Amino acid sequence: MEKATNDTKLYSTNKYSKRNLWSGILFGLGLIAFFDEMVFHQLLRWHHFYDRATTDIGLISDGLFHAFSWFATIGGLFMFADLRRRNAVWLKRWWGGVFLGAGVFQLYDGIVQHKLMRLHQIRYVDNVIVYDLVWNIGAIILIIIGALLIQKTNQSKDEGGAASNEHA
Amino acid sequence: MNMHDHHEDVIVIIPQLILAIPFLIGLVVYVIAVITSNRKYAPWPHYRTLFWIIGSVCAIMAVCGPLAERAHVDFTAHMFGHLLLGMLAPLLMVLAAPMTVLLRSLNVRTARKLTKLLKGTFVRVITDPVVASILNIGGLWLLYTTNLYASMHDHMVLHLFIHFHVFLAGYVFTVSMIYIDPTPHRTSYVYRSIVLVIALAGHGILSKFIYANPPYGVPANQAESGAILMYYGGDAIDVVIIFILCWQWYKVSRPRTSIESGYSAQGV
Repeated sequence: MEKATNDTKLYSTNKYSKRNLWSGILFGLGLIAFFDEMVFHQLLRWHHFYDRATTDIGLISDGLFHAFSWFATIGGLFMFADLRRRNAVWLKRWWGGVFLGAGVFQLYDGIVQHKLMRLHQIRYVDNVIVYDLVWNIGAIILIIIGALLIQKTNQSKDEGGAASNEHA
Repeated sequence: MNMHDHHEDVIVIIPQLILAIPFLIGLVVYVIAVITSNRKYAPWPHYRTLFWIIGSVCAIMAVCGPLAERAHVDFTAHMFGHLLLGMLAPLLMVLAAPMTVLLRSLNVRTARKLTKLLKGTFVRVITDPVVASILNIGGLWLLYTTNLYASMHDHMVLHLFIHFHVFLAGYVFTVSMIYIDPTPHRTSYVYRSIVLVIALAGHGILSKFIYANPPYGVPANQAESGAILMYYGGDAIDVVIIFILCWQWYKVSRPRTSIESGYSAQGV
């Protein structure tokens, strides 16, 4: 009996493995954007609301990502709630998505928005390059953690998928 | 001198009254509708009535009284009033489900006429998320990036038109995104979500544009604080709209077993 429920669970987590990943990615993206807003804009006040050097495309990119990150945070959490009621939460894969989403946004913010579009700098000091390095290396570490977690769940997905097929 | 002051008072008070009266009428009509509805149907939820009252008060505060008067000289006050009139009041009033209570309180013939109007082409077109967003956010771009903002303070008719537009566009926009009242013209969740994100982006981009390029006649420091208020105030209200949209989506997409699917498809 217990085995049967385990198999159903395995089957449903595999069926929803993509949704676990996307829920995590969306939530991670929203979470890091919220963190950026809270810590770097409001608490530390390192980031500026507007930088005279900002390009037009920088403003557009910032506006779209800002709006999307709000939506992603809330939408990602509702997707998670949806997975829970379907008994299909796959926490490791979800966390992989969170790290990946956070890292990708952090890297986009650090390279494209800060540097190429000159939205604003991390901090208005002379040796901003140090901040840029820490910021972007941090982003890459987040991406690597996310990729490793997702890779691990990919493997167990294949094994689990084979196992549940045998029983079916 | 006294004559002049008196004249100025009249100039100030008349547009304030014209703008406030429709909201007062709306308040009275809503309360009458609730009383009538309660005689025939289950009691109308108190929280909806409360939403309508608070929403109306927000709108009235924005168009008349001390805030409205300061808005003429202070851009930050103007922006605060705009948040109340164009975002918070519409959201609260949409959540009050005015059409539902109105339809309940009307006799069948009048209710049918109203339903026919709601089902008509005009309502279908303006409550399409894209059209509603253009009316709402596009209107704001027009107001703040042209000399419309400056002319608004000189021409009373323009002043009235813009303020009614800000409220109505905010209402139609909210109605196009979240479905509280009976909504004959529905669009998909994906479509609404995409348009909502783009519209919110348009609002945020405009805020930062105003920060850098003050509307004609607005001092730089007022433009800056007004822009920041617009950006974060907008966020605060948008979060509620996003939350309700996602929540409604979540409810509709709940898992169904094969037994109950025939019933639950109707029940939303």
